[in-house]
Amino acid sequence: MATAVDKLELDREFSDLYRAHLRDVYSYSYYRIGNHHDAEDLTEQTFLQAYRHFARARAESNGRPLRPWLIRIAHNLAANYHRDRSRRPQTHLEDAAVISAPHGTEEIVEEREEVQAVLAGVAGLPEDRREALIMRFAIGMDNREIARALGRSEGATKVLIHRAIKQLEERLKEDESDDDE
Amino acid sequence: MTTMSEFERLLHSALAPVEPPGALTERLERRLTELTDAAVDELAEFDPSALRDPRQWGRLVTAGVVAGTAGGALILVRARQKQRRSEAHGLRALQNGLREVSGDMRRRLGR
Repeated sequence: MATAVDKLELDREFSDLYRAHLRDVYSYSYYRIGNHHDAEDLTEQTFLQAYRHFARARAESNGRPLRPWLIRIAHNLAANYHRDRSRRPQTHLEDAAVISAPHGTEEIVEEREEVQAVLAGVAGLPEDRREALIMRFAIGMDNREIARALGRSEGATKVLIHRAIKQLEERLKEDESDDDE
Repeated sequence: MTTMSEFERLLHSALAPVEPPGALTERLERRLTELTDAAVDELAEFDPSALRDPRQWGRLVTAGVVAGTAGGALILVRARQKQRRSEAHGLRALQNGLREVSGDMRRRLGR
């Protein structure tokens, strides 16, 4: 029965992980998917899958934080989601409606437009760059965590984020100057 | 340490964390509880006579494992205490302990 008691401790740890990172997984899912309904499903599937594989993940983590592992599960499920959607016939409008600002309506219009422009810019980035920015800015992961979640080196991740920010900044500047003309 | 640029601040504000809806939290916790409840049911319905077959022991441990709520932990600790107290009686003591565990779980679950 010692094994069972150890496993009970494991379940308690899983509860802690769930409570600590529910918002992270949901935020990641929302910004990857672009709507609340599917983000809820993705979050649910992520935690159910995590529950099934928690013992092994914990054993292999060597005491390192498990957030990157959790986000990697969400990342894989999001990739499946997009792959399934791309196989289904749909309009280009559905494709383009990637992310909308989840914030309250009381925000001033100008700020909201700026935020929407940034979100549209993020949605238009290559997938790996978009992923890295969501992990950094929506979830607050550091380079090491993002590297683990994406299966890259820390150096490569740092470069990826730097290039993503630069590309996005340039694109938004171009859009601004197009609007001015 | 690098300072955050104006643009990075804008990114932070655009990609603000999103609170999960209450309905999701409820649904997810219900699903996780269902997983542990299924194991509780298996334990509660377990036929103690089957314990004579060592091949069934793994099933029992697995059921106990998945029933890993705080209450479940307490129940298993109690089962071990009972087992230790009557270790001289071997298998019969374990069977009796399991009957009490099943009853305890049913009471906790209001079944």
